[in-house]
Amino acid sequence: MAKNEIRIGGLGGQGVILSGIIIGKAASIYDGKHATLIQAFGPEARGSSCSAQVTVDDDPIGYPYVKKPDILVVMSRDAFTQFVPNLKPGGMLLYEEELVDPTDLPKGVKKFGIPATRYAEELGRKLVLNIVMVGFFAGVTGLLSPKAVEKAVLASVPRGTEDLNLRAFKKGFEHGQRSVGV
Amino acid sequence: MKADPKGVLTGIHFIDGDQAACEGALAAGCRFAAGYPITPSTEVVERFAGRVPLVGGVFIQLEDELASSIAIQGAAWAGKKVMTVTSGPGLSLMMEHVGFAAFTETPCVFVDVQRGGPSTGLPTAPAQADMMQVRWGSHGDYPMIALSPNSPQECFDLMIEAFNLAEEYRVPVFFMMDEVVGHMIERVEIPEASEIEVTERKWTDKKGKDYLPYEADESLVPAMTKAGDGHRIHITGLTHDERGYPVMNASTQDKLLKRLLGKIEINRDKLVDIREDGVEGADVVVVSFGITSRVAGAAVEMARANGVKVGHLRMIITWPFPSKRIKELAQTVKAFIVPELNMGQMVIEVERAVVSDAEVISIPHAGGTVHEPEVILEKIMEAAR
Repeated sequence: MAKNEIRIGGLGGQGVILSGIIIGKAASIYDGKHATLIQAFGPEARGSSCSAQVTVDDDPIGYPYVKKPDILVVMSRDAFTQFVPNLKPGGMLLYEEELVDPTDLPKGVKKFGIPATRYAEELGRKLVLNIVMVGFFAGVTGLLSPKAVEKAVLASVPRGTEDLNLRAFKKGFEHGQRSVGV
Repeated sequence: MKADPKGVLTGIHFIDGDQAACEGALAAGCRFAAGYPITPSTEVVERFAGRVPLVGGVFIQLEDELASSIAIQGAAWAGKKVMTVTSGPGLSLMMEHVGFAAFTETPCVFVDVQRGGPSTGLPTAPAQADMMQVRWGSHGDYPMIALSPNSPQECFDLMIEAFNLAEEYRVPVFFMMDEVVGHMIERVEIPEASEIEVTERKWTDKKGKDYLPYEADESLVPAMTKAGDGHRIHITGLTHDERGYPVMNASTQDKLLKRLLGKIEINRDKLVDIREDGVEGADVVVVSFGITSRVAGAAVEMARANGVKVGHLRMIITWPFPSKRIKELAQTVKAFIVPELNMGQMVIEVERAVVSDAEVISIPHAGGTVHEPEVILEKIMEAAR
């Protein structure tokens, strides 16, 4: 597999960075690939915009930043507006469909929506929306093996919440697979 | 000897360079750190402060960098392996004590997670602009060693080497990270303690008045003692004789300084640590270090795809500088290209080694981000023409 550059954006508190960490962990620890994560480092706090850049490659990664992502994952309107102009034409947009209205996309972009926040609420905790999103990412992109992502979720969430997070992952994963017609 | 298993977090982790550097220090046996936390180095001491009580050691957050950089030296003479952690603005304040460490031969590691400067500069963005400061920033001539990791894995691996070198040569060792290396998160594999080689301090076995704290054998590195071992010794920043007492005359100064600088000089070939990729027969060689080596590597591959015979020489140890090897290569290479996140610092050393045997092309960058690989590619293509 060639190099895949991913940008994940949302609001501070939505678990944006953790979702990047889970994808990176899944790739580099459980799936035998290389991954580099860079987090936007600035005066970010809860409620303001926040993003992670993840590069996944079969070969070692040189240049560490993501400039024109192949895959853009957005959990907020602000993140969509900020990052969509740099999405690679022909790339992939994954978005929280009740928060983002995906218009004016670069040419050839394939878009996939999910009501991640509502799903998370239905599961009992709005907090797991990022894990729903990670599941959705795994289901739509097929970039990583679902087992690897599942393991990375379990290795990254607080003890005692494994079951809830696994259900969140599955919810997102299944929605993702339905979206791409698997 | 092997690492103390207590400090070794064996396993596979997905952590940033700052955290990996902390784990490297703990694995190396560092049991005392003092610091005044500063972005982008904060995570090193944040993690150390949380981890070291479980391992059996001490972290002190002090009032400033002067206190931090001298507290570690007290702890070193109490027998501990020590480090302080900072970034540019803090490093500037530590300069006085860098000289003290070098002159009193106190083994210690200074971690510098470089950010844009001068002054407060760019707290959350990278630079490699402290390279000359660590070499020359403290007054007088002094011996030192610097390492430049380019990934979280190397932050772990090379940190162990940094401590080993500090102990072996009794010099200040600088661990020259930058904001990108410090904050990027990647896979880090920490081996079993039994696979990690750590250097034990050279302790004296002499008793009482037989022990002269600054008497060295042919290694030029004296054996050390520590507080509580029963030796009555004097440690001073004044020019001193083998007993450690101030003797302020030209001949003592000459003898002492030549021995101190000699510790690095006679071991220069052994210390130099470079990674070469396709430099033999190359027309152009890119010389790089730290985070820039990753970007340069990408540019080198692009240039090769364009049919250029280009090599890559990456310095793992930046000080002492690999002058001899650069000079050798200058006999066959058309041009050297030196990209760095500063306005032209290590390129001066390349020029010093090359003199007029080849062209030397600097690619300066004011910092704040890394080079675009295309910028380096363009210079390679120009030079190869």
